[in-house]
Amino acid sequence: MKGTKVQFISKNFIRMILLLIAVSIVTFTLVSISPIDPLSANVGQAALGSMSQEQKEKLEEYWGVNESPVQRYLNWAGDFVRGDMGVSLLYRQPVTKVIAVKLSNSLFLMAIAWAISGVLGFMLGVLSGAFRGTWLDKLIQGYSLLIASTPVFWLALLLLLIFAVWMKLLPIGLSVPIGVEASGVTFFDRVQHAILPAITLSITGVSNITLHTREKMIDVMESDYMLFAQARGESRWSMIRRHGLRNIILPALTLQFASISEIIGGSVLVEQVFSYPGLGQAAVAAGTGSDVPLLLGITLVTAAMVFLGNFIANILYGVVDPRMRKGGTVS
Amino acid sequence: MSCQEKHHILEISNLSVSFRQYDRGTNQINLPVITNLNVSVHDGEIVAVVGSSGSGKSLLAHAILGILPYNASLAGEIYFNQELLTEERKKQVRGKEIALVPQSVNYLDPLMKVGLQVRNGDKSPGVMERMKALFRKYHLEQETENLYPFECSGGMSRRILLSTALMGNPRLIIADEPTPGMELSLAKKAMEDFRQFADEGNGVLLITHDIELALEVADRIVVFYAGTTVEEALVSDFESLEKLRHPYTKALWRAMPRNGFETIPGSQPYVKELPEGCVFGPRCPLFSEECEGEIPERVVRCGTVRCIKCEEDHSHHHHGREEAHTHAGS
Repeated sequence: MKGTKVQFISKNFIRMILLLIAVSIVTFTLVSISPIDPLSANVGQAALGSMSQEQKEKLEEYWGVNESPVQRYLNWAGDFVRGDMGVSLLYRQPVTKVIAVKLSNSLFLMAIAWAISGVLGFMLGVLSGAFRGTWLDKLIQGYSLLIASTPVFWLALLLLLIFAVWMKLLPIGLSVPIGVEASGVTFFDRVQHAILPAITLSITGVSNITLHTREKMIDVMESDYMLFAQARGESRWSMIRRHGLRNIILPALTLQFASISEIIGGSVLVEQVFSYPGLGQAAVAAGTGSDVPLLLGITLVTAAMVFLGNFIANILYGVVDPRMRKGGTVS
Repeated sequence: MSCQEKHHILEISNLSVSFRQYDRGTNQINLPVITNLNVSVHDGEIVAVVGSSGSGKSLLAHAILGILPYNASLAGEIYFNQELLTEERKKQVRGKEIALVPQSVNYLDPLMKVGLQVRNGDKSPGVMERMKALFRKYHLEQETENLYPFECSGGMSRRILLSTALMGNPRLIIADEPTPGMELSLAKKAMEDFRQFADEGNGVLLITHDIELALEVADRIVVFYAGTTVEEALVSDFESLEKLRHPYTKALWRAMPRNGFETIPGSQPYVKELPEGCVFGPRCPLFSEECEGEIPERVVRCGTVRCIKCEEDHSHHHHGREEAHTHAGS
């Protein structure tokens, strides 16, 4: 039993390493073949024109334009395995430091969105599935489908327009008030600035979780054990409470952890709209500015987060499901 | 049943179950799965409803318990203890006075411990005691209550499901294919348990495709074909071909291994393609034009039959099947 657990964890660890290698290669290749010229993108066309050849060469060396991509990748990878993620070309700071700052901003946002969309999506999905065909189900389903087909950036703009521009209830962007010293920023300020982006992320996250949970709940409601529970005189609520929730919790766990990737993906767009200085915005800046070390760093960190999310779900399965916990076979 | 004056526990008359379905696009159609079915169960009796797999027998159980799917509609009357079973009444009696014994362990919640399920979540001392007594009666160890369904063997599962049914002290048990895939000795043991329950003055409605097993334990056999009951016979009627009433029952009799293992061609019609009149018509050796009219249920020799060719009293004549055929033609 113990041996298989160690085996399971080490196997997954190796898998994660392989995934990260693959992700870094793909990202690097994509950046290398992108048509963005780092010099004109970061220095500006006009400034570039007024520079001397010598100055240009210096810059080219800084951005590594003349080295072959393979050589550049190997340089980067060599440093990376030694724990050095390099220096961000845009921020002129170690990548680890940039990511740490941006991630702490984003994590706040993503954690709120993850929790809200998870809890709300689960509840709505269970209700919708359990009362399939009723007006409640139609309402929840209609809402979910509407939101699922709404672009997240458009929803962000809409909320911005309503709550920040028209009603002036919430700040229009950024993560801290403008013109206030860093020491003067309170926790309340941070929360206030995170509300709109977090709500946008939650609203879009909810629909996905709701629709998936609904499908699973319908499967559970149509199962033989639900029919038998009904035949034994259990009320609908008792069936949902005693058997429904118990059996939906496993797929819900998977969904919840799989949704991490969607939350991260969504945060890129949302942070852009709200000018929220998080990981998503840094990723966009790194991508459009050819800041390869930062882009690779962000990509790997997010890939690892998504992988770890799924990994945790796998481990929780073994804890929650008695068939796996007791070492039996899952039928 | 005309020859028995015993108290009816269950009486079903003219039961029909149909499903609303969408055919092509928005074209709604009604699929009649059960039509004009009649069954009754008396005190101390096991009545077996026998029909081939997939013929909709289970829906009979679901109709009695009021657990049909939302797109099903129900017609006809069901009486339980002489009292009309309305949908409201079904909700009150199911799991208590009427209990279901399902096919397999799949009907238990896979993630809930057995004991909690047998007691239906009730932890009161009385219920606890009753469960323990049932476990003792069916030779289940007391630790069984802490197992999950996947940890129970086939034999254990069967006894657990039976205990589950008996927790509510029922008057009627509906057993829906309680023995499929079970070893013969286990299946026989299961049947003995039902017999014992019936002998205490209760009723059992056994729904099965296994006619051999049904003949061993039941008092009466109801033959189910294409959604309706074609014959109701005493078990003793199956001793000889002449005592049986319906051509399908006779075909069933001949198909039994000890009676020659002889099969007839064709298969049961799908509910969408039911023939006019007699549902067995297209496969019947006695088929004639009159069979396409309405076929009433008739009482013949302490049983019922849905066949216009069946004679009031066969036993006086020495009719074989060919003779019956000629007779019908004359």
